[in-house]
Amino acid sequence: MKHKTFFWFFLPTGLAMLMFIAFPIVSVVTQSLFTPHEAVLITVENCGPFGCKKETTIDQDATANLRAQSPLGKFVGTAIFTDRGHLAFSEVGDAWQNSDSIGTFFSAIYNLPFYRAMAFTLTFTFISVPLLIVLGFVIALSVNSLHRHLKGLVIFFSLLPMIVAPLVGSLVLYWMVDSRGILGSLLQYLANNPDLSMKASTGLTWIMLIVYGVWHSAPFAFIVFYAGLQTLPQDQMEAAQIDGASRWEQVRYVVLPHIMPLVTFVALIQLMDKFRVFEEIIGFNAEAHATSLSWMILNDLGGETQLLSSAAATSLMTLVGVAILLSPVLVRTWRDFKEKT
Amino acid sequence: MSTISARRRPVGLRIAANAFVIIWLILAAFPFLWTLWGSFKIELDFFSIANWTNALTGENTQRVYGTSLTTTGYKGAWIDQEFWRAVINTSIVCVSVVCLSLTMGTLGGYALSRSSYRYTFWLLILALMFRAMPPITLVSGYLLPFFHWNLWGYLPTTIIVLVAINQPFTLWMLHSFFQKIPKDLDESAKVDGCTQFQAFRHVIIPVMWPGVITTGLFSFLLAYNDFAVGTMLLTEENRTMVPAIAAFLGTTQTEGNVMFAVAAVVSATAPLFVLVMFFQRQIVSGLTAGAVKG
Repeated sequence: MKHKTFFWFFLPTGLAMLMFIAFPIVSVVTQSLFTPHEAVLITVENCGPFGCKKETTIDQDATANLRAQSPLGKFVGTAIFTDRGHLAFSEVGDAWQNSDSIGTFFSAIYNLPFYRAMAFTLTFTFISVPLLIVLGFVIALSVNSLHRHLKGLVIFFSLLPMIVAPLVGSLVLYWMVDSRGILGSLLQYLANNPDLSMKASTGLTWIMLIVYGVWHSAPFAFIVFYAGLQTLPQDQMEAAQIDGASRWEQVRYVVLPHIMPLVTFVALIQLMDKFRVFEEIIGFNAEAHATSLSWMILNDLGGETQLLSSAAATSLMTLVGVAILLSPVLVRTWRDFKEKT
Repeated sequence: MSTISARRRPVGLRIAANAFVIIWLILAAFPFLWTLWGSFKIELDFFSIANWTNALTGENTQRVYGTSLTTTGYKGAWIDQEFWRAVINTSIVCVSVVCLSLTMGTLGGYALSRSSYRYTFWLLILALMFRAMPPITLVSGYLLPFFHWNLWGYLPTTIIVLVAINQPFTLWMLHSFFQKIPKDLDESAKVDGCTQFQAFRHVIIPVMWPGVITTGLFSFLLAYNDFAVGTMLLTEENRTMVPAIAAFLGTTQTEGNVMFAVAAVVSATAPLFVLVMFFQRQIVSGLTAGAVKG
């Protein structure tokens, strides 16, 4: 295809991505380096019959003037990244110097919003992804042995948890594990503790969110692995059976190696997907016990005064995290491309 | 062939596998069925302190309304809280996003699959990076310009944003579908004197529909399930369904009308249920397309 033809074919989609993905990134980067102007204050001394009083008021004209002159705000460099709401360098340094043991250091760190969010995000990501892969694999193996007519039915119901919006899915589960809901009552009965509430403690909230994460994404792993099982080399399976391999050995030495590229694929996709967790936190009303970077962005933007600079800084740090998780995918794509050409 | 190996399977293992599938089916489907059933009850039954079976029998609902099933939750959500507005907005957004992103995506994806220059690879890599970015990270970049140009709060703005966010995925998916269509097809049309666009219009479009339908389904799901963009970029009356449900949570918990939110959640899930019923095969093929290839 000629360059010119390519250009015209690609123009609409290219323009859309340039305007609404590339430019916003530039805008986010600039915003994270500026902070809104503080109001210009003037102190006026009012003298009356009862003595003089100093009053500080906002100089509206000067403030408006300043804001009009440089609408981006005041340039602060990387100050927003290192402030208390983000990387909190000075607080971390203080905590390092003032704490006598690793334990107190970590609990001091955990009180800083950014590290609190990272703690949950990373725990959530790295626990739920392996679990959902294992669950998806076992479902795929079990469904593969089912009768043909039943398979479609199972796939139909399996798709539901995955296809609903995370907010909707987490609400459905949240209402069930509510202390007055059916699962909540069941848990209270099992634990023999009528006051048990999943919302009360940090540990239980995290478990609840991880269970949701697995429930939501296991179907994806299942579908991908199930598709992989359909292309299983039958001659290898038969050879293994003739050699007297047990069921477990067949799975271990024939099925798993065949599925392995798909496991990597699911793991890479899901790591990136789980890293952006936040609708679940809203659905489960779990802000008090679990926060994430994406949740911090929404929280900054959703307040009465929109903290654009703070949100932009958090956005950039989220993007760095995503980039780290994405790098293996990029390397893989690059290698495929090299092989092809 | 799988039936042969199934026959050889020991009985114990088959029972275990079947039991596991049944447990998984319950795990996957029961929450939805339970919420569907409970949405026709009043709050005292769905969130029952006295006895969990109330949610099944609807004892309190019976006492208040005379029947064990009531539609007050739906009435409250759809009429009092104006959820119908959100439903209309979601329909507008979904239809527009699907149409626009498919039009732009097919053109772009076709070009990427037919050009052999090196820059197509870099464009695809760039699209892959864009695709990995969580939409919420872009939102703070939209707000200032949109406020400045007075674009904030309108449905068309959100539609364009969603289309753009959707493009990287659409491009990748359609690119891989177009690569499966033999190049000889449009090459021979060009030899016969067609321009590239005519070859695309008369030769490729008639055979591309399976791929386009699958991609369209995923575009639809993205627009339908979007929360981050809609909640930040739309005014209250322009909200789509998922942000509207999130907004319910703030108001209903004080008013004691959780059942409105339950009804709204069921209303938002029902169309997806129908969608899976009709397009199960396409959704499955779309999910595995990326995996089997890479």
